Amino acid sequence: MKVAVASGKGGTGKTIVSTSLFLSVNDAAYIDMDVEEPNGAIFISPEIEREERFSLPVPSFNENICTFCNACAEACVYSAISVIPQAKKVLFFEELCHSCGVCKYVCPEPGAIVEVPKEIGTIRVGNNGNFVEGTLDIGIPSAVPLISGIKRYIPDNDVVILDSPPGTSCPVVETLKDSDYVILVTEPTPFGINDLSLALDIVRELEKPHGIIVNKHNEKVSLAREFARSKDVEILLEIPFSRKVAEGYSKGIPLVDIEPEYRSNFKDLIERIRVTIS
Amino acid sequence: MKRAKELVIISGKGGTGKTTLSGSLVRLLGKNEKVICDSDVDAADMFLLFEPETEREEDFRGKSIAVINYDKCVDCGICQKVCRFDAVALEDGKYQINPYSCDGCTYCMLACPAKAISMEQQVVGKWFISNTDSGSMVHARLKPGAENSGNLVTMVKHQSHLLAEENGISLILIDGPPGIGCPVTSAISGANLAVIVTEPTFSGIHDLERVLGVTGHFQVSSAIVINKYDMNEKNSRDIERFAKEKDIPLLGKIPLSTCVMDAITRNKTPVDSCPDIKSIMEDILGKIKKLMDIQ
Ligand code: SF4
Ligand code: SF4
Ligand code: SF4
Ligand code: SF4
Repeated sequence: MKVAVASGKGGTGKTIVSTSLFLSVNDAAYIDMDVEEPNGAIFISPEIEREERFSLPVPSFNENICTFCNACAEACVYSAISVIPQAKKVLFFEELCHSCGVCKYVCPEPGAIVEVPKEIGTIRVGNNGNFVEGTLDIGIPSAVPLISGIKRYIPDNDVVILDSPPGTSCPVVETLKDSDYVILVTEPTPFGINDLSLALDIVRELEKPHGIIVNKHNEKVSLAREFARSKDVEILLEIPFSRKVAEGYSKGIPLVDIEPEYRSNFKDLIERIRVTIS
Repeated sequence: MKRAKELVIISGKGGTGKTTLSGSLVRLLGKNEKVICDSDVDAADMFLLFEPETEREEDFRGKSIAVINYDKCVDCGICQKVCRFDAVALEDGKYQINPYSCDGCTYCMLACPAKAISMEQQVVGKWFISNTDSGSMVHARLKPGAENSGNLVTMVKHQSHLLAEENGISLILIDGPPGIGCPVTSAISGANLAVIVTEPTFSGIHDLERVLGVTGHFQVSSAIVINKYDMNEKNSRDIERFAKEKDIPLLGKIPLSTCVMDAITRNKTPVDSCPDIKSIMEDILGKIKKLMDIQ
């Protein structure tokens, strides 16, 4: 089963939860899909066995064959092409290209456009295939193609933890789409709850079973509990705020190494999730 | 009148006190000194601090997506074959387009032999102009899962400039989105100064380097604030050294404080209730003004 760990925004303990799940459950796999800021590796210290550059096709124009008819530029909805017949030139703005293939499809002159690979990021695989992470190159407009590329590397372990990107935009949807269960991590602050409520909307729209983990729980503040009650969502676990955990985190030490008793909590949690989705 | 200057507050990650800093700056700057621009359109939070009264509300139209007319469709499956975004699937005996995955490229529409596909523009969010007791604020909300947050950020910034011009305001304070993706690049492009809020975590330094990569790429000058610096003083010193090496000004260090946590829990900015933090924030604002050459 694939368990995605998501949160409204970064910094709410998403990485703490996903790496703890991975480290607590035998034979689990960990997939870091937060390709803009992958940092699960800091806590897991995997042994990387393979590293591959990931690329997408982009057009390349042969100005000896091109008749400068402008069909490609007209068809490209992303305005990535500009044709200047007077100068016999085709200008291609690679940062705007979405690799959709439309220009090649509409071009009437065979060979005027060929597709060539453009690298957008790196995928690393380690720990006998049980650790996978992607890193998006800087300046690449969308994380979605890399995230969908990573999916090909997901092993078929009994438990697969997907560390989702933060937020509620397309990359998150791309990650959650294929999961069997979504854990939403939040902090009991008004910001945290506001973000949680946005994330919850999307999980509900995707019709995924889900539950909440409250990080930096504070007995005096009942915001998260009230929210969970009002939206009828289960709180799976509350991780109390502790300076020790925060300091450990800042050094890249996983929660379950600072507080080993959490291991059994995370193990139980996976079994409860298994029952929920079966 | 000159175009207003843009100050943008960002962080590699959310939750590093970005809104705490921008919220404090909003409070410290005079009501008519700036337009507040919340460009964190995926998860706008600034409005929680300032109880805005909405004056104007507009739909934001994003990309068009493909829609199949089943009266014409002949079930040939070509749309599925040509789509590079895995947006077409055969479900319940029909080819169906997943609006979340469709990128609006029009390939299927062009390739469909039955001319059964058309493109329809989607309302993907809303943007607002609101009044708060700390000044006018432009903010937006993107529908969950909608793309084009970069374009919505550009729209929110554009509206902020119009508002600034109308009211003779010379500064736009932008609360940026987290991460380093497309919305962030829209938020920082054209900015006069990007203040990066960082934390002394292991990943904090790593995230900081990536954000600096983005600001560098867009040639926006950067400065750093370390939040919760005493959570790990060694990492904080590493960040300071790193900043010095890269010649990036360090504007200030904010301690880990229960007062700040309490203030946020009550929807208050720390300058409202934490005097120590207030003086640190004042100092940071002074340095920002100097760097941006504003009075
Ligand atoms: S469609 Fe083909 S021939 Fe026409 S301008 Fe584009 S590349 Fe040249
Ligand atoms: S592949 Fe698509 S996005 Fe890229 S240039 Fe061609 S038409 Fe435009
Ligand atoms: S290409 Fe057109 S006719 Fe063929 S399945 Fe798609 S919508 Fe139907
Ligand atoms: S418009 Fe493009 S992305 Fe959307 S379904 Fe058609 S081919 Fe796929």
